[in-house]
Amino acid sequence: MSLVEKRVRATAMAPGRLAWGLLTWCAALLWMLPVLVSLWVAIHPAADQGTFTLLSPLTWQNFVHAWQAAPFGRYFINTLALVLLIVVCQLILATLAAYALVRFRLTGAGMIFALVLLQLMISPDVLILNNYQTIGSLGLRDTLLGIALPYFASAFAIFLLRQTFKSIPLVLEEAAIIEGASRFYILRRIYIPLAKPVYIAFTLVSISFHWNDFLWPLVITDSVRVRPLTVGLQLFSAPEQGVQWALISAATLMTSLPLLVLFLLFQRQFVQSFMRAGIR
Amino acid sequence: MKIGFSPAFLMRHDGASRQIYGYLLLLPAAVFLVAFTHYPAVATLWQSVFGAGVNGKPAHFVGLENYRALLSDDTFRLALRNNLLYAIITIPLAVGLALLMALAVNRRMRAGGLARAAFFIPSLLPMVAIANLWLFFYSPQIGLLNRLLAWFSLPAVNWLGDPGSALYCLMAVSVWREAGFFMIFYLAALQQIDPRLAEAADIEGASPVYFFRRVQWPLLMPTTLFVLINASMNAFRIVDQVITMTNGGPDNSTHLLLFYIYRTAFSYWDLHYAAAMTAVLLAILAAIALIKFHFLDKRTHYQ
Repeated sequence: MSLVEKRVRATAMAPGRLAWGLLTWCAALLWMLPVLVSLWVAIHPAADQGTFTLLSPLTWQNFVHAWQAAPFGRYFINTLALVLLIVVCQLILATLAAYALVRFRLTGAGMIFALVLLQLMISPDVLILNNYQTIGSLGLRDTLLGIALPYFASAFAIFLLRQTFKSIPLVLEEAAIIEGASRFYILRRIYIPLAKPVYIAFTLVSISFHWNDFLWPLVITDSVRVRPLTVGLQLFSAPEQGVQWALISAATLMTSLPLLVLFLLFQRQFVQSFMRAGIR
Repeated sequence: MKIGFSPAFLMRHDGASRQIYGYLLLLPAAVFLVAFTHYPAVATLWQSVFGAGVNGKPAHFVGLENYRALLSDDTFRLALRNNLLYAIITIPLAVGLALLMALAVNRRMRAGGLARAAFFIPSLLPMVAIANLWLFFYSPQIGLLNRLLAWFSLPAVNWLGDPGSALYCLMAVSVWREAGFFMIFYLAALQQIDPRLAEAADIEGASPVYFFRRVQWPLLMPTTLFVLINASMNAFRIVDQVITMTNGGPDNSTHLLLFYIYRTAFSYWDLHYAAAMTAVLLAILAAIALIKFHFLDKRTHYQ
């Protein structure tokens, strides 16, 4: 950008830019309003829940009460275990499958890949009815494994890794084979390290998806032992509890907090992951 | 080190065992894919042509009877109509807002990252949490919307309790959740546009509106298509907000397809009827997917 042009732009655009910036800020604030209101209610005494008195004292009591009013500790552990189990299995299965599809010149690899891609269209949540029957016949209803099983094979992960593995030069692998390296050694030392950004991207997307998953766990669980946070929060907020906004707000924020913290810590990676995940 | 064999020869030489090795690597993923995607999809079609056995008799073949019943089922037609309405209204709104957001935060501004985060965060929250946040606005007694109306001396509205407004209240929540998510894709696309184009337009004195209409919008077309198609697929899979905010009511006015399937399967336990509905849903998703492949093919021709 030339100096003259810079000056022209700076003088001509300054008021417009300022107005745009201000407008964007107001829009962003308005957009966050539901979250901000809930935060306000959660950190003030339950007695003030409907009033928004500016001078109302701050308190953590709502969080403490909400935590004690329902087994949220258990729900947290369940969700963590569930998400971990799903993501790890997805990554392992997808790595093996993508490697096989790319480097083994399998007969019918194209057909197999097309069948894999079908899952992008019919995601498991549409097929709750039959998956419920399958999990039931395996005797896994109301278990963590039962919730996780339908998600183990992720077409999306296979798709992303296949694209990445394909772009890795074959010479690298051939050289390693001549040196006598095993397939697993090659996978571990060449393919996986080179695809690291894709692994991070998929992991973040998958964590946020399964942390928030609701319908399938709702259907397949019916005890505190395995119930994840989303289902627990839904039960907690059910109308029979009486409307206690302060407690519900506190619980709502609590359950969303880990993802938000994860997002704030890895904001750049998060945004890039979703971009990467979307652009095909 | 082996001498005299090229790697290509080595690979060709052990072709059969290499194939077996490859299939074995593929096997675990294939088992789960077949068990939880392909098998249930086929089983759904199969079950949809059977009727429940009465008095302990096994299920019997009824042909297209379930589908015929669907046609005359008012709730199903309502769910289908609601779902179409949902798609037609929420998708353009969410995509339009997403584009505006992306254009707004794409320019360099003070703490632009914060504004971007504000737009994006709703798409990270679980739907149950979102439902709770919005119930603050919609609740008839202490809800903020009704207080706002009272402020202007307008009569209170029972937002989620009125069949006329409940569906639109759900739509607002969907738009709120999805717009920030789609913004990400527009942002990515905007950042790929050559900055020299903006400079050239600047020098030529083109207005921002003209620049958007003639340069940015056409270049964003593939992104718009991608977002539109994904949004349509999502629109027909919406169920969480119905369960958490209205549970289908009042008067079935917020029934959507997947919700009605869930209801039929897990409240009424009418599996064959639910299977027929699932088949309809699968057909809709397949149709959208076909459109997707059609457009993606076209795009590759242009490249």
